[in-house]
Amino acid sequence: MLQYILKRFLISMVTLWIIVTITFILMVSIPGSPFNDERASNETVQANLEAHYNLDDPYHVQYLLYLKSVATLDFGPSIKQPNQTVNDLLGRGFPISFELGIVTIIVAVISGIVLGIISALRHNGIVDYLAMGLAVLGISIPNFILATLLIQELAVNAKIFPVATWSSPMHMVLPVLALATGPMAIIARLTRSTMIEVLTQDYIKMARAKGLSPWKITIKHALRNALMPIVTIMGTLLAGILTGTFVIEQIFAIPGMGKYFVESINQRDYPVIMGTTVFYSAFLIFMLFLVDIVYGILDPRIKLHKKGGE
Amino acid sequence: MRTLGERYESHSTSNVPEEWFSLKEKDKEAAEVVLRPSLSYWQDAWRRLRKNKMAMLGLVFLILLSFMAIFGPMMTPYEVNVQDRPNQYQPPSSEHWFGTDSAGRDVFTRTWYGARISLFVGLVAALIDVFIGIIWGGISGYKGGRTDTIMMRIIEILYGIPSLLVTILLLVVLGPSLFTIILALTITGWVGMARIVRGQVLQIKNYEFVLASQSFGGKASRIIRKHLLPNTMGPIIVQMTLSVPSAIFAEAFLSFIGLGIQAPYASWGVMANDSLGAILSGNWWTLFFPAFFISFTMFAFNVLGDGLQDALDPKLRK
Repeated sequence: MLQYILKRFLISMVTLWIIVTITFILMVSIPGSPFNDERASNETVQANLEAHYNLDDPYHVQYLLYLKSVATLDFGPSIKQPNQTVNDLLGRGFPISFELGIVTIIVAVISGIVLGIISALRHNGIVDYLAMGLAVLGISIPNFILATLLIQELAVNAKIFPVATWSSPMHMVLPVLALATGPMAIIARLTRSTMIEVLTQDYIKMARAKGLSPWKITIKHALRNALMPIVTIMGTLLAGILTGTFVIEQIFAIPGMGKYFVESINQRDYPVIMGTTVFYSAFLIFMLFLVDIVYGILDPRIKLHKKGGE
Repeated sequence: MRTLGERYESHSTSNVPEEWFSLKEKDKEAAEVVLRPSLSYWQDAWRRLRKNKMAMLGLVFLILLSFMAIFGPMMTPYEVNVQDRPNQYQPPSSEHWFGTDSAGRDVFTRTWYGARISLFVGLVAALIDVFIGIIWGGISGYKGGRTDTIMMRIIEILYGIPSLLVTILLLVVLGPSLFTIILALTITGWVGMARIVRGQVLQIKNYEFVLASQSFGGKASRIIRKHLLPNTMGPIIVQMTLSVPSAIFAEAFLSFIGLGIQAPYASWGVMANDSLGAILSGNWWTLFFPAFFISFTMFAFNVLGDGLQDALDPKLRK
């Protein structure tokens, strides 16, 4: 077990290092300096500014300084927002984005699995066709379009939910709905196909022959085995939800990390872009690492307890 | 107590004289006659795909869309980017079939230009993914051993990179253009394809016909090209069909956050982004048409991919 975790951890660290390096190379290769706007056109001022942000050092010194700042989780000040450090922005935005993300995942996983099970139990029935038709639609409609549709119909026309911002549970409904539909549809389709496969296995027939209740067979015997593929795609889904928060926060004016990120892109605020990218990546890589560990624990075929075994 | 077999034997021998039976000669000629036309793998797949109504719906939609992407803009007297302020927000009419947007541009014309961009980005990105993925996965799966381990480690490392974030960074640095978007999408996009090809190759390379080719002195490149790849074509095509919509989505997404195709081009994502404010004022058509075509194109590729998955898998043959 320890060896498996160590191996996954090393791979995660290399991935993170590559991202940090790519980010650095990309940011250094941008022509001109971030202070090339009208206000700081004075050359002395510009030189001083560059010295202040260590932009006049040779690249390898800058790179080491940058690695150090990443390691100590200090991403420095924002260039465009006065008296704000990147950490300030992250500290304010992350809890909100995290809340949005967690609620979305819970909603997507639970409703996706339930929908998938129902479809599998009613295989080739009307319910199955309806649910899977909805699922294909859910995968096909981009979240930002769904979000605008929801605002238009449920907030502007029907006035059931507030149009934007993030202050009460009612405010959460539309953003979560817009963000969760895609992952829910993917989970539902996956659950359905693996459930259908599992339900034809001999041990299910055996359980039926023994007279176990359908409920117990579905939950205890079929679902447990059908859950494995869902764990494997969790990483990809998390990445999708994470990037989805960029637009959803923008559309619903939610003051989360994604909003700062998109703003920093539009303002070319490089420290914020770099800081948020590295933070997002580190978070995502950590989640992927966790998913791998959970998979290792759940899948009995990965022998973790054998000495020296992989 | 006699067994069932003994009882049956005694019964049949005692009551029925043996001369009643004669050996029926098998007509060897007739057995060899092929009654139905023989189908190649692709003919069989096509026959099964045709029976899948949803997949055919997707296919027909995509053919129509490609046709309109080529000829649609020629059907109207309007230019994509010529603004006509006095005529802004015209609802759909016989003059402007899909209405006009905030700058008085014809939405119908812009929609088909958007189709060109989306289909181009989606198809080119998918083709590049296939190209790199096949080479990487093919070598990794066929060589095995140390080479495979190293190549798979690299894939594992790349897999952890959040692709859309890198894409965004690249676009910020290189500036938004069609080329950058395709480059950014393919940098990490090929990883999934490589994994699928490798898995298939690992499975197929142990079959006898590969061994036969090896024993005749077939080179690795020949075996991969002639024996392994044709047999992995099914999953590759399916993966490709399903990766086109994700490229289309990524393009629309990037345009939507302001990093996509810039004027003079019009992409569906740009159109949707431009018209966000317009829906609140009731000019629904400016958002509806790009939104509908993004969604329906992705839908069409998804159902077609699902259909192909079933049709190209010989094991699912009834």
